[in-house]
Amino acid sequence: MSTLRSLTLTLLAGEIGARPWRALIGVLAIAIGVAMGYAVQLINHAALTEFSRTAGSLMGNADLEIRGPRGGFDETLYPRLARLPEVAAASPVVEVEAWLPAQRQTLKLLGVDVFRAAQVTPGLVGRPAQPDGGRLNLLAPDALFLSPATLAALGLQAGSTLTVQLGLKTVRLRVAGALPALGEGLRLGVMDIGAAQWQLDRLGLLQRIDLRLAPGVDVDAFARTLHDILPAGVVAATPRDTLQGTSSLSRAYRVNLNVLALVALFTGAFLVFSTQALSVLRRRSQLALLRALGMTRRELLRLLLTEGATLGFFGALLGLGLGLMLAAAALRYAGGDLGGGYFDGVRPSLHPEPLATLLFLALGILAATLGSLLPAWEAAHARPAQALKAGDEEVALRRLHIPWSGLATIAAALLLTQAGPVGELPVFGYLAIALLLVGAIIAMPQLAQAVFGRLPLARRLPVQLAFAQLVGAPGRAAIGLAGILASFSLMASMVIMVASFRQSVDDWLGAILPAPLYLRATPGGEAGYFTDAAQQRIVATPGVNRAEFLRTGQLLLDARRPPVALLARQVDPRHPGRRLPLVGLPLVPGPEESAPIWVSEAMVDLYGFRSGRLVALPIAGRSVTFLVAGVWRDYARQYGAVVMQLNDYRRLTHDRRVSDAALWLTPGATPALVAQRLRRQLAGGEQVQYLLPGEIHAVSMSIFDRSFAITYLLEVVAVLVGVIGIAASFSAQALARTREFGVLRHLGVTRRQISAMLALEGGLLALLGVTAGLLLGWAIALILIHVVNPQSFHWSMDLMMPWRSLALLAIALVAAAALTALFSGRRAMSGSAVRAVKEDW
Amino acid sequence: MDAHASDAASPVLSLSAVSKAYHNGRARIVLRNVDLALQAGEYVAIMGESGVGKSTLLNLIAGLDHPDGGRIAFEGQDVSAMDDDDATLLRRRAMGFVFQAFHVLPHLSVAQNVALPLRLNDVAHGAADLRVAAMLAEVGLAGRGDERPGVLSGGELQRVAIARALVHRPRLLLADEPTGNLDPDTAAHVLQLLRERIRASGAAAILVTHSARAAATTDRILRLTPDGLVPDAPPTQIGP
Ligand SMILES: Nc1ncnc2c1ncn2[C@@H]1O[C@H](COP(=O)(O)OP(=O)(O)OP(=O)(O)O)[C@@H](O)[C@H]1O
Ligand SMILES: [Mg+2]
Repeated sequence: MSTLRSLTLTLLAGEIGARPWRALIGVLAIAIGVAMGYAVQLINHAALTEFSRTAGSLMGNADLEIRGPRGGFDETLYPRLARLPEVAAASPVVEVEAWLPAQRQTLKLLGVDVFRAAQVTPGLVGRPAQPDGGRLNLLAPDALFLSPATLAALGLQAGSTLTVQLGLKTVRLRVAGALPALGEGLRLGVMDIGAAQWQLDRLGLLQRIDLRLAPGVDVDAFARTLHDILPAGVVAATPRDTLQGTSSLSRAYRVNLNVLALVALFTGAFLVFSTQALSVLRRRSQLALLRALGMTRRELLRLLLTEGATLGFFGALLGLGLGLMLAAAALRYAGGDLGGGYFDGVRPSLHPEPLATLLFLALGILAATLGSLLPAWEAAHARPAQALKAGDEEVALRRLHIPWSGLATIAAALLLTQAGPVGELPVFGYLAIALLLVGAIIAMPQLAQAVFGRLPLARRLPVQLAFAQLVGAPGRAAIGLAGILASFSLMASMVIMVASFRQSVDDWLGAILPAPLYLRATPGGEAGYFTDAAQQRIVATPGVNRAEFLRTGQLLLDARRPPVALLARQVDPRHPGRRLPLVGLPLVPGPEESAPIWVSEAMVDLYGFRSGRLVALPIAGRSVTFLVAGVWRDYARQYGAVVMQLNDYRRLTHDRRVSDAALWLTPGATPALVAQRLRRQLAGGEQVQYLLPGEIHAVSMSIFDRSFAITYLLEVVAVLVGVIGIAASFSAQALARTREFGVLRHLGVTRRQISAMLALEGGLLALLGVTAGLLLGWAIALILIHVVNPQSFHWSMDLMMPWRSLALLAIALVAAAALTALFSGRRAMSGSAVRAVKEDW
Repeated sequence: MDAHASDAASPVLSLSAVSKAYHNGRARIVLRNVDLALQAGEYVAIMGESGVGKSTLLNLIAGLDHPDGGRIAFEGQDVSAMDDDDATLLRRRAMGFVFQAFHVLPHLSVAQNVALPLRLNDVAHGAADLRVAAMLAEVGLAGRGDERPGVLSGGELQRVAIARALVHRPRLLLADEPTGNLDPDTAAHVLQLLRERIRASGAAAILVTHSARAAATTDRILRLTPDGLVPDAPPTQIGP
């Protein structure tokens, strides 16, 4: 056995040594796929670990977290819960996301009762900088304790002051010490709860109560009994729920990235397949000789699979290194969510896991081995006597065709698009895309035959030869075709999907920003607001014709899901379409009916809030019934948003504060002029953010582009893989045809004529591949737009064909194909014609 | 060894009533009623018109293809009844091949090419190296083991192929027009070498050829006709 293995190695080394480029292409193809997959895994893992770590240090040893919306709930709930026999300790928490005007960023501030927190969440108890000031310092109304990460990020130390915006005013807090128990990744500040309620304008309100239960109490059962005690909109969540909530936040996004990485790996495997298929084809008589000399089928199969696995091993190794670098760079420049905006305030670091690393190594090897399986199987089962003769290659390729299976696979793919999501993931959508791709690849030889069989008879020799090759060797043509098809269709589908999405977001922004000037009480966080007086002041400002106000809030409908956004604003119930980008027709409620709400598409998917249904929402601690009067498209809040009339909100909550205003101006007044007046006349007007729709638009689109940066990167990778694939298949074909070129040269065909023939072949092949790829890409884009996106992110979009980009890509690919065909042909012709004919193989 | 060769009762290779037809579209009978008995150490030539089925016959003997009728026995074993793996192992151990197109692997050195059958037969490296060196010396290529096949001439390539065919001491050597690609002088040299080496190894051998001069280097000449294998006609028919 050992000598047979060394023979395998000798043959392998001979083949790789003789064609290092071919081997390198296979290695690179696998490396790219593994690198993408591994990088995505590393980044996800880093972000999630950091997230669960911070969630863990925040929750301390709390068994249960009583959580309310951002607006808070009545603090009298605290003594009622603390008195329950099942509760061993309870710690009330005030939570505010505050804007820091000097640092131009937000910071999460918690107010805790030091004595209670010490029992439940000791990590939130600050350590004073001066030990002598001790206890007093902890309770001082302006004392603030910052986590190490915050101190470092803001460049503060004990004794510094920090300014926080509140309403339109500012409050100065003193940094009294640190929170050493919190991890390096978390940005957070803690102050005394009484001081926080007073300083941060949260009198009588709590956002959270952390509970530690008495020994022996069943946490889940107790959480269920609490359900009846808690006011509407307040939920009891276990640490498990909290973690699940944060990880389900970004799950679809992460799965999408993983699938893209797998696509890269698939393309890599496909490249290995086409290079291996052609290389096995070229060595057909060599392999037949080995069989004649007494190598069994199994041994030959093992030899060729070892070859593939070796390429896979080195590719995977290279890919792991590349992936590590890619992940480090991505974390550095885009953060743990790659610009997706899911893990704010968390700075993750990379921790490669041995298991995942091994998994991707194995995946790389597997992909390459699978890629060489079919060609290897064919070579092992070829008849040696026949394969020893030249000109037998098409026989081999014909055996790889399975008539009708291509169309059957495509039909199965179309059926799968009708299936719903599995566990909120578009599993069948992805499967449909995979099947569509595979089916189209299988159908390529038939397509090649059907199309090239119709080529007209040509008079000029190079054209005649090129046509003859395409017609006579459809199997060879199909291998090159399939590579072009795979890469171009994936490329085209991404371009179409992203362009459609971008256009839809663009239109959507136009629809939701009808006013010429917008005011926001604070650039970030939720502690800024316009009082009633400020609102009247705004309306009365010269130049302002009309103002519409918006109040944002939160609704907690499910402990295991992120909160739903509540938008209370002025909407005309008879014409909601004037302010909201509606999907479908709205209902107009009669005067006796429940108050209307309009919900985003995500609400329909996640909570079943269909148009026409009566639903209960927790408003101000009470459950109120509303009529779902319409569904609108929302690209800003993936976890759902509910719009209600501002008047209804005020009637139910008696809260007249608002967070935003949209201003329509009198003729002649410019937004700049009005903003200037407001800045001067409004108390605290310099804190307000003045936004022009154009600016919001531009910022939103740049955020969009940033979060799609990773897909652009993948597009570049797809282009690269496509071009590499074309180069690989053409150079392999040219090598295999060295003898044919030699014969042609002997017969008096000039090099120039052979070059023309090759360029024509390459160009025609690429043209057909690109045409078929465009069709396939369009179909995949339809699945992405109408199945994958709605099921993953709960939003719809309209199809838009970016013809210009597609045409440019197509032209580039066809040109690249013709050029690589030409160059690889040149290389194959560079030896003497005599040698080429004499050459044994 | 001579005693073994004269033991007419147990030929190395015996074919009885072998027939073969190809079916593409309609059946085309290529071999019909072929009988042959080959003793150990015997060297025969098979001649015949192009397309009469000489290569087909060699493929059947090597177990690369199956006959439609008749029996092919190698050292008493029925080759035609073997499955692919058994036939392959038999070829590996007991047979050697020389082809018209030399089929020397281009990426392996001359020595590595010659060593192929030894490697397949699990011969230890040290022993294999000695054997390869000796074999190369026997075919007149001493010291050229490290060269690449690309630099060798046609005659040299065929000598490498002969070394490869005999290096593992096969009991049957099959040569299909080994000199078809060579000029007459080189061909004569190669044929002489082939004969010498076969003699020295004691193997039985079949040489398929179109050339009367080549056939004359063997012990016995047979002619393949559509009706079977017959002894060659008297020399008067060979030509002017
Ligand atoms: N795989 C095959 N399928 C169909 N017919 C075949 C096949 N192999 C050989 N033949 C046919 O069988 C006949 C015998 O072929 P074979 O190669 O054995 O002839 P040959 O005697 O060796 O000829 P040559 O002297 O030209 O080499 C030929 O007519 C050939 O066309
Ligand atoms: Mg022949």
